[in-house]
Amino acid sequence: MKKTKRNLGNLYIALIFIFMYAPIVMLIIQSFNASKSRGRWGGFTTFWYQELFQNESIMEAFTNTIILAILSAAIAVVIGTAAAIALARMKKRPRQTWLGITNIPMLNADIVTGVALMLLFTTVNVQLGFGTVLLSHVTFNIPYVILNIMPRFRELPPHIYEAAQDLGAGPIEAFFKVIFPEILPGVISGGLMAFTMSIDDFIITYFTTGSGYNTLSTKIYAEVKLGIKPEIYALSSIIFVTVLILLILLSRSGSKGRKMVKEVAL
Amino acid sequence: MSRALIELQHISKSYDGKPVLDDLELTIHENEFVTLLGPSGCGKTTTLRILGGFETPDEGHVIFDGKDITNVPPNKRQLNMVFQNYALFPHMTIADNIAFGLKIKRKTDKYIQDKISYALNLVGLQGFEKRMPGSLSGGQQQRIAIARAIVNEPHVLLLDEPLGALDLKLRQDMQYELIRLKNELGITFVYVTHDQQEALTMSDTIVVMNQGYIQQMGSPETIYNEPENAFVADFIGDSNLFPATFVRDELIEIDGRPFLCVDKGFGQNTPVDIVIRPEDVIITTPDKGTVTGVVTDLIFQGVHYEICIDVNGREWVCHSTEASLVGTMVGIAVDPFNIQVMNKPESEDEEAAAIEK
Repeated sequence: MKKTKRNLGNLYIALIFIFMYAPIVMLIIQSFNASKSRGRWGGFTTFWYQELFQNESIMEAFTNTIILAILSAAIAVVIGTAAAIALARMKKRPRQTWLGITNIPMLNADIVTGVALMLLFTTVNVQLGFGTVLLSHVTFNIPYVILNIMPRFRELPPHIYEAAQDLGAGPIEAFFKVIFPEILPGVISGGLMAFTMSIDDFIITYFTTGSGYNTLSTKIYAEVKLGIKPEIYALSSIIFVTVLILLILLSRSGSKGRKMVKEVAL
Repeated sequence: MSRALIELQHISKSYDGKPVLDDLELTIHENEFVTLLGPSGCGKTTTLRILGGFETPDEGHVIFDGKDITNVPPNKRQLNMVFQNYALFPHMTIADNIAFGLKIKRKTDKYIQDKISYALNLVGLQGFEKRMPGSLSGGQQQRIAIARAIVNEPHVLLLDEPLGALDLKLRQDMQYELIRLKNELGITFVYVTHDQQEALTMSDTIVVMNQGYIQQMGSPETIYNEPENAFVADFIGDSNLFPATFVRDELIEIDGRPFLCVDKGFGQNTPVDIVIRPEDVIITTPDKGTVTGVVTDLIFQGVHYEICIDVNGREWVCHSTEASLVGTMVGIAVDPFNIQVMNKPESEDEEAAAIEK
């Protein structure tokens, strides 16, 4: 009885995994399929990957995506860290209010954020393009950075900032010598998450970009409208693997941080 | 007494309109072990934080060695603080923790190395240089926190309930350590605690505080034996704190029974408070006692028995090495010298302000 129960449970989990990952596995398989017809296996090839890397417009979109992700994550890290410092020093009530407000871009439907940002940019007459996309990405990245850093502040031993000042460090020196190393794991995981979210985003980018500036996601969307080419499978597979690796890094940096905290607590 | 090193002049401080310190005056001398003692919320930690530079008083001045340092930031003050819960830097080794202040002052590597081993030696933790704070016990972390402060050769060491998180045995060991350190280093200690035992053991001077006022200041013996008001008497040690009448010089009445005392000058038939320490209550046979009562409780406390005696409805607490069985009729006597007479405050405000007069 107990055994069948467990088997049923395992079956259920297997089904969930199949539903979740079968499409992606299919995508990756198809990206190595030599046959142009999707219904038939024409042998293993890396031809579509070669095609992909020779496609200039896709490679440009790729470069755009990476630059955008790095820049928006970096800016969000600076602003988010500063915000987290301020939030950590607030009393509970105002902190919760402000946290709620900063979380809006994350909780809001992407399409609403996207349309709202587009409206704002066109109203104040800003040329849509790289600048507007960057601003938008920074906007939705900040809450991820804040959320990653805040728990670090809560785990900070009390008075270490004051102790550093007491030992002769000025306010800024005390922050970088004592507080920053403690919150660094949160800053890194926040930055990585922001980077991932930026690569991942389509909707907000779609609404805030102008003609001529494409990221991978908007590029793929444009291509798909003309009919899917197998290069896109290759590209999507690469994006999937990249995001997967980032997520693994992220969760590992998180567990390492927890381990450190445990050591300190002991 | 030696030279005055720190003077707090008319210090007032309030948070959100709630006064924490009110016109506080305090002088701390060179090489003195001063303890600020009081219940939580009495303003002792705020006083210490004002000394350290972490709080600015609303009014008044902090004078250090003749100079006004009221608005000098903590990193420019020649005093170091040992924080409650130690505040060691968790990502740094013990050596880096101790070297923190010296590196900021750009001392040479050789000097820093010497200082680290000197400090670890002083607190009895040789060979801990490479360890991380998280791998140390509470008592060890406490010693490192002290080492980290004293390598900077401060004129004054501020300690904010540094032993609060340690267990009893360790706390007692550390008390002796601190006294030894103070004598070896020859610097001034300002110590904050709510533990009266700690204060009595270590201090040269105890400052008893309540509700932002200094209630009494003096040597541990004075504070213990001659409390100036009911608050001090009650806060320091167990005590029998009774209302009484000061009939005339050297004679008081407790619940209508006359007791001889040694105090003078409280007037005639004046209501007063008196305090008698439990260890000063002498239990004798009923015919020898000034008053008689019935034993209601007998509790063994290790060093002595705590015996509660009902005297016409008033409970007397007595410490004795000899047990008296519950229900026995006993006599109570008190040496006149051991009755401490105090002015009765007419209101709570007056009680708090008693010492300000």
